[in-house]
Amino acid sequence: MPPKTYIAAIREALGEEMGHDERVLLIGEDVRLGVFAGTRGLHREFGPGRVINTPISELAVAGMGVGAAVTGLRPVVDLMFGTFLYLAMDQIANQAGCMRYMFGGQAKVPIVFMAQNGGGLGAGPHHSQPMHPLFMNMPLIKVVAPSNPYDAKGLLKAAVRDDDPVVFLSQLSLGGQRADVPDEEYTIPIGVGDLKRAGADVTVCSAGLTVHRALEAASSLAEDGIDAEVIDLRTLKPWDEAMVLESVAKTGRFVAVDESYPTCGAASEWAATVAEKAFGDLRGPVQRVSNRPVPIPFSPVLESQTIPAAADVVDAVRRTMARG
Amino acid sequence: MTIAAKEAIGAAAVLRIYRCCLRIRRFEEKVAQLFKKGLLPGFVHLYIGEEAVAAGVGAALRADDHIVSTHRGHGHVIAKGGDLNRMMAELFGKATGYCKGKGGSMHIADFSIGVLGACGIVGGGIPIALGAALSSATRGTDQVAATFFGDGAANEGSFHESLNLASVMSLPVLFVCENNHYGEFTPAAEAMNVADVADRAAGYGIPGVVVDGTDPLAVHLAAADAVQRGRRGEGPTLIEAKTHRGDHAEGEKAFLAGQPYRDEQELERAAAGDPIEKLTADIAALGLFEADVLEEIDREAVAAVEEAVEFAQNSPDPGPEALMEDRWASG
Repeated sequence: MPPKTYIAAIREALGEEMGHDERVLLIGEDVRLGVFAGTRGLHREFGPGRVINTPISELAVAGMGVGAAVTGLRPVVDLMFGTFLYLAMDQIANQAGCMRYMFGGQAKVPIVFMAQNGGGLGAGPHHSQPMHPLFMNMPLIKVVAPSNPYDAKGLLKAAVRDDDPVVFLSQLSLGGQRADVPDEEYTIPIGVGDLKRAGADVTVCSAGLTVHRALEAASSLAEDGIDAEVIDLRTLKPWDEAMVLESVAKTGRFVAVDESYPTCGAASEWAATVAEKAFGDLRGPVQRVSNRPVPIPFSPVLESQTIPAAADVVDAVRRTMARG
Repeated sequence: MTIAAKEAIGAAAVLRIYRCCLRIRRFEEKVAQLFKKGLLPGFVHLYIGEEAVAAGVGAALRADDHIVSTHRGHGHVIAKGGDLNRMMAELFGKATGYCKGKGGSMHIADFSIGVLGACGIVGGGIPIALGAALSSATRGTDQVAATFFGDGAANEGSFHESLNLASVMSLPVLFVCENNHYGEFTPAAEAMNVADVADRAAGYGIPGVVVDGTDPLAVHLAAADAVQRGRRGEGPTLIEAKTHRGDHAEGEKAFLAGQPYRDEQELERAAAGDPIEKLTADIAALGLFEADVLEEIDREAVAAVEEAVEFAQNSPDPGPEALMEDRWASG
C-alpha cells in the first residue's frame, strides 16, 4: 500500500465515488481549484456540472445541496472551514436534520457537509473553533471525524453512500500526515470505533486530532508502567458505545479526550455515558480532557495551551489512577 | 391588466384556477372554525386573501415540477394537487396525515406531487428550490422549481444569497414573493426602503415582475412567462405578487392582547381585493361559464372539505411506535 496524505485520501474517496455514481456532485466555494486540495483536479475529471464552483454563500449553497438531495442527487457540500457552517446552520439543523422525520419519512436526505474542523493551524478563532458537539446534539445528523488518511478515505466513501445527512469533519492539522491507503475501493462503516492500542489499566477515548495526543500520552505512560488502551471513535454520532463500555469493563478507568469545550462537549457525552452505564466497572473517577474555555487564540503559544496536549492526557490518567 | 390579455389563458386553465381558489378558500374557512373550537393543536396561518397566487402559479406548473412552501402554505399544497384528507389529518396531528402527524400545519409535504415541504423558517425554503432546480438541470429535464415566500423573507439572507446563486447558475427557479405587506406584525414599509421587492431582482441580474396578487389570471400569466423562461434554460425570475392576508395567525387578537397593527386603509384595500370576486368578474367578462358551473364547483369544494374533516376526525392518533420511526433512511 502506498503512503498517502490525509488530503490525498479525501480526494481519492471523492473521485472514486463520483466515478461510479453520477448522482454524486461536489458543490462549494473554490472546489474547482481545491483550496485544501481535497477536491483538486476533480473539476478537470468530472466537469463543471459535477464539480460546481459557487459564490461564497454558505446558506444558499447548503440549502441547494439539501434540495438536490431530496430530489435524487447525492451532493457533497464543501463548506471549507467548520466555522463557516454557522452561516449554513438553518439548512443543516432545521432542514436537512428534520426533513425526513418532519415529513413522516417521505424525504431521503443523502448529503455530506464537509469542512475542516478545529485548531492547530495558527488561524485564529474564526477558522479554528471546534464544531462537532453542535452537530452531535442534532438528533438526526451523523458526524464523522477521521484521525488518519486510511480512515478519511473509508469514512468519506461511506458518508457519500449514506442515505442520511452526514457532517464530515476533516482536520487540516492532520492534512500532511501520511499513511498507507489502499488504491482499491474500501469503506469504513459509520459508527464503528477503532482500537488503536490495547491496554489493561485505563481506557482513553478520543477522535480526530486528539487521538494522536492520546497515543503519545499512552507511550509516555508506558514508560512508567501504566498500560493505556486508546480508542479512536472515528464516528462521533452514532458513536461506538459498545466498544467503549467493553473497554471500560476491562480497564475500570476512563479518560475522555476531545478537542471541544467541556460544557456539552464530546468528552462530556462519553463521560456521562460511562458514568451511567459502567458505574459498577469503575475503579477511579471518570476524567475529561477538553479545550480550555476560550475562543481558539491566534498565537501558537496560546493555541497549544488551549487544545488538549499529550501532557494533559497523562495528567488525567494519573488523576484517575491515583484514586483507585 | 386588460381582460383581452386574459383571453389567451383558455377555459380549462381558468376553470382549474377557479376550482383551486375555491378549494383553498373553503378549506381555510373550515380550518379557522376548527381552530376557534380548539380542535387543532399549535397554530395555523391561513391563506385566505392570497388564493390568487397559489392558484395562478400552480396552474402554470406541471405535475413533475417542484414547489417549496411556507408557514402559510395550505394554499400551495392544494394548488399542486394535495389531498385534502391527508392535509386536514395532518392539521389534526393524526397518523393518516401527510407527515403522520409529525409536521403539522407548517410542514405539509407530498413528495409524490413535487411538494418538497412547507417550511416553518422564514426564508428557509428558498435555497431548497435551487437544489430541486439543480436536480432537473443535472438530469437534463425541463422541470422548474417554484419557491413561495413573503415580503418578510425578502429581508432574509437566504433570499439574497439564493437569487444571486440561482442567477449565476441560471437555474430554472420561480421566486414567488407573496407581498402581503406584513412580516408577522411589522409593516413591510418599516422593514424595507423599496416599494417593490421585485426591484431587488435587478441587483442579481434577473427579471423582477410586479403583479396584482389578488388577480388570479394576472398571476397566472406572469407565472406562465417565468415558467417558460425556466424551461428554455433562461434562468430564474422573481415575481412579486402584491396581495393581502387576513390575520398573521388564527387567534392573534388574543395573543396580541388586542393591540392593533393594521391601518384602516389597508384593511379596506384588503377587503376590496378579494381574488375570488375578481376571478368571478373575469369569468363573466370572458363569457366562459354560467353561474351554475361556478356554484357546482363551490359545492364540490365544500363537500371535499367536509369529507376531509370527517376523515381527519375519524383517523387514529399516532401510535407510540411512531415516535421513533422515520428517523434514518439508512437504517
